[in-house]
Amino acid sequence: MRPVTLKRLAWTCGALALVLLATVAAALKLGAVPISVSDLLLSMGRVAIGRSDRLPTEYRLIVFELRLPRILLGILVGAALSVAGAGFQALLRNPLADPYVLGVSSGAALGAILALIASPHLPLVTPLAAFFGAAATIAAVYFLGRRGGQLDSGTLLLAGIVTASFLSAVIMFLMTTLASRDLRGMAFWLMGDLSTPQAVGVRSVLVVGFLVAAGAIYTTAADLNLLLTGEQEAAHLGVNVTRVKLVVYLGASVLTGLAVSVSGAIGYVGLLVPHAMRLLFGSDYRLLIPTSALGGAIAIVLADTLARTVVAPTELPVGAMTAMAGAPVFIYLLRRRLR
Amino acid sequence: MSPSTSGPTAAPLCPPAEARRGSAEIRLDVERASYAYTSGEREAPLFTLEATSFQARQRELVAVVGPNASGKSTLLRLIAGTLKPLSGRVQLDGFEASQLDPRTRAQRIAVVQQESPLLFPARAWEYVLQGRHPYGRGLRFETPEDGTIALNAMAQVSAEHLRDRWMNKISGGEKQRVILARALAQQPLLLLLDEPTLHLDIGAQVDLLQQLRRLAEENRYTVVVVTHELNLAAEFADQVVLLHRGKCLRVGAPAEVYHQDLLEQVFEAPLDVELTPASRPRVHVRGKRAKSAG
Repeated sequence: MRPVTLKRLAWTCGALALVLLATVAAALKLGAVPISVSDLLLSMGRVAIGRSDRLPTEYRLIVFELRLPRILLGILVGAALSVAGAGFQALLRNPLADPYVLGVSSGAALGAILALIASPHLPLVTPLAAFFGAAATIAAVYFLGRRGGQLDSGTLLLAGIVTASFLSAVIMFLMTTLASRDLRGMAFWLMGDLSTPQAVGVRSVLVVGFLVAAGAIYTTAADLNLLLTGEQEAAHLGVNVTRVKLVVYLGASVLTGLAVSVSGAIGYVGLLVPHAMRLLFGSDYRLLIPTSALGGAIAIVLADTLARTVVAPTELPVGAMTAMAGAPVFIYLLRRRLR
Repeated sequence: MSPSTSGPTAAPLCPPAEARRGSAEIRLDVERASYAYTSGEREAPLFTLEATSFQARQRELVAVVGPNASGKSTLLRLIAGTLKPLSGRVQLDGFEASQLDPRTRAQRIAVVQQESPLLFPARAWEYVLQGRHPYGRGLRFETPEDGTIALNAMAQVSAEHLRDRWMNKISGGEKQRVILARALAQQPLLLLLDEPTLHLDIGAQVDLLQQLRRLAEENRYTVVVVTHELNLAAEFADQVVLLHRGKCLRVGAPAEVYHQDLLEQVFEAPLDVELTPASRPRVHVRGKRAKSAG
């Protein structure tokens, strides 16, 4: 018998944070222009003592203006999608729930595109519209996925997949008829891509939004453990089911909206990462949510580094990498459930 | 809750109900409670539970019996406080059950439902520890005391050996014990069980009822069991509440409720009722052979 304690939480998260740090270092080093570890340490040291002006220009450009912002963005997006996935899995009582599979990412993408078309020069409208798109989609999928008042696992997944393909069709329609910007960039973004530089305002919105939404979901972690055993049972054990569901619904929608508005629809992270963390650390949400956040960050930084390097100097969208890894795992989990 | 590792399990612990009456105050007071399910505000109700009344003291075991769709589960949910009665009252120690906030309610009322499947595997001790949830705050990391209480709860239902087993890999009877242990870990005043014997073999059924009887004694619970098992109810209950199509037909000691013509009418089956020497009624199905012989 080994209940989750604060100590165990701290040790687990500390270890994962170290892995993340190592991953980030590798991601800074690897790329079309390789940088030696000693150079990397040297430039890091110079930044640390406030002498970034003495850095060689090309390093500053590559490490601090190209790679580092992209890595930091990846950390936030990966953490947001993974926490959202873990949240949706508890909210919908479905282990296969994921923002991408359920069509929530497509809904957020549609919202973001509509905002881009309506007001291309207001950057903060995009994440807001993406949030509304995500929230509306999950509400629709939730009601489509019910059969006789009960949430049905198979129906829910089908509803999500159909909603996703419908929304994708609408997006394609908008892109080909209305959008004036270049199609390849949009298509790249839709596949999930971290290469677009973000304005400072958007970055801070992203950080604050992530902390608030993930923090709100985390406050319900103990309740989510019980919600997974059923709403009635959770209510009998003292969970305020309506409040918890509302918090997770809004929180996960905010996280998906934020992630999609800056990086497009990166798939399967919200499915893969929580499952991997369950295998490693157990399914207690008090441990699962922070480990998923860290694990998601690691996964995306790794995937993006691969996307930058496997066919260098050409880059793949990171969503292609996660889908290549995630879709087979999804099938495996589905088959295992059916047996 | 006092730690207890051994308890009498062989002989059923059923002193006559009258001996216990009057020894304690009324704990559960269901007073003309009714409920109606509707599909819309202006629609006629789909199902109605008409005014039902009974009272239970601590250490009493009440069985709610009746055919399918008689309102048993509705009554249980009214007592659990998850439904608010349309009229009448359901009071636990003077507090309206449906008015309590979820946490306080879970500290006083534990509900054992028909089992729902687990989405992710859990070990038995994790499951039992969930019963401590209403006592935690914030992220609710369990204290060592919570762990002790959970282990004691498992010991009380002789399930210590299942502690580290996975919930989906133990037998139905073992699972029912672990679920019961989780309810005990809530340290409630009132223990409600919805058809707990449903998927159990006869040995496990008797075992469960004996345990409930003993727990009611030792922990001073008031126990309300919804069941289809007329004979188990007759053997172990102090009071029986007989429901039929949303009406509460009779409340009383098993011998007062189990009348042949009444049961035959309610369950729409040929039944014989006889009294055992301990004045507990026994219900038999009157088969064709018996009919022709008589």
